[in-house]
Amino acid sequence: MIETGLFYFLAAVLLGLGLVVITRTNPIASALALVGAFAALSGLYALESAKFAAVLQILVYAGGIMVLMIFVIMLVNLPPQALEPLKVRGSVMALVLLAAAAFLGAPLAGVLFTGGMGNAPLPAGDFGGITGVGEKLFAEYLFPFEALSLLLLAAIVGALVLVKKKL
Amino acid sequence: MELFYPVTPSHYLVLSAALFTLGVAGALSRRNLFVVLMSLELMLNAVNLSFVTFSRMTGEMSGQVVVLFVVAVAAAEACVGLALVLAFYRMGESVDVDLLKTLKG
Repeated sequence: MIETGLFYFLAAVLLGLGLVVITRTNPIASALALVGAFAALSGLYALESAKFAAVLQILVYAGGIMVLMIFVIMLVNLPPQALEPLKVRGSVMALVLLAAAAFLGAPLAGVLFTGGMGNAPLPAGDFGGITGVGEKLFAEYLFPFEALSLLLLAAIVGALVLVKKKL
Repeated sequence: MELFYPVTPSHYLVLSAALFTLGVAGALSRRNLFVVLMSLELMLNAVNLSFVTFSRMTGEMSGQVVVLFVVAVAAAEACVGLALVLAFYRMGESVDVDLLKTLKG
């Protein structure tokens, strides 16, 4: 019962803040709404007993990526006249949302009024915790993990080259 | 008929699809590059929610390892993407997507 209530609360917060993200003219307002949406998403991960993903969401997304984004938004410091509300293609947004409502309507009604698929029983051991994920990561996914560090290095060097004064 | 059925993976998947749609709507309709980037983040997170849901549904933890990979790639994407936005801003003092048409044939 508590889980159901929490799910609907977090889902409402997530979708509401997501809508705020794509409708604000000021990018700072969008970014702050996105941070809130990530917090709600982290709660949803925790509800699904993915503790590691929940912590990761807050630490890396809210704490790293969004701070970087807000930093750059403030660095660019757009003048107010660059933020007219007319800069939104309202018709495209309405069209996409309408199409989605048409396609999502049936599954949504099915889920709300008939229930849905069940979960597997929670496996023994540390499901979704740092130990469980870590064991998986460093045994089965060691090579992708190391490749990832190379990708991050390339991204850092690429970003440094891109923002050089004389390209 | 009950008002609220117990939460199942289907609920999470529908929520994930709705979140992805919000991201698509934002990326297609907004002209501010920052908001387009944030819409991309929304889409990536919707997919992450699906991964976590399927991971819980099957009791197999690989999905959560993929979440770690997606987050790291998103960090790389944000890093390079914001550097590109900065370089673009220096060229024209603007972050309007509609001005990004130098490559148009």
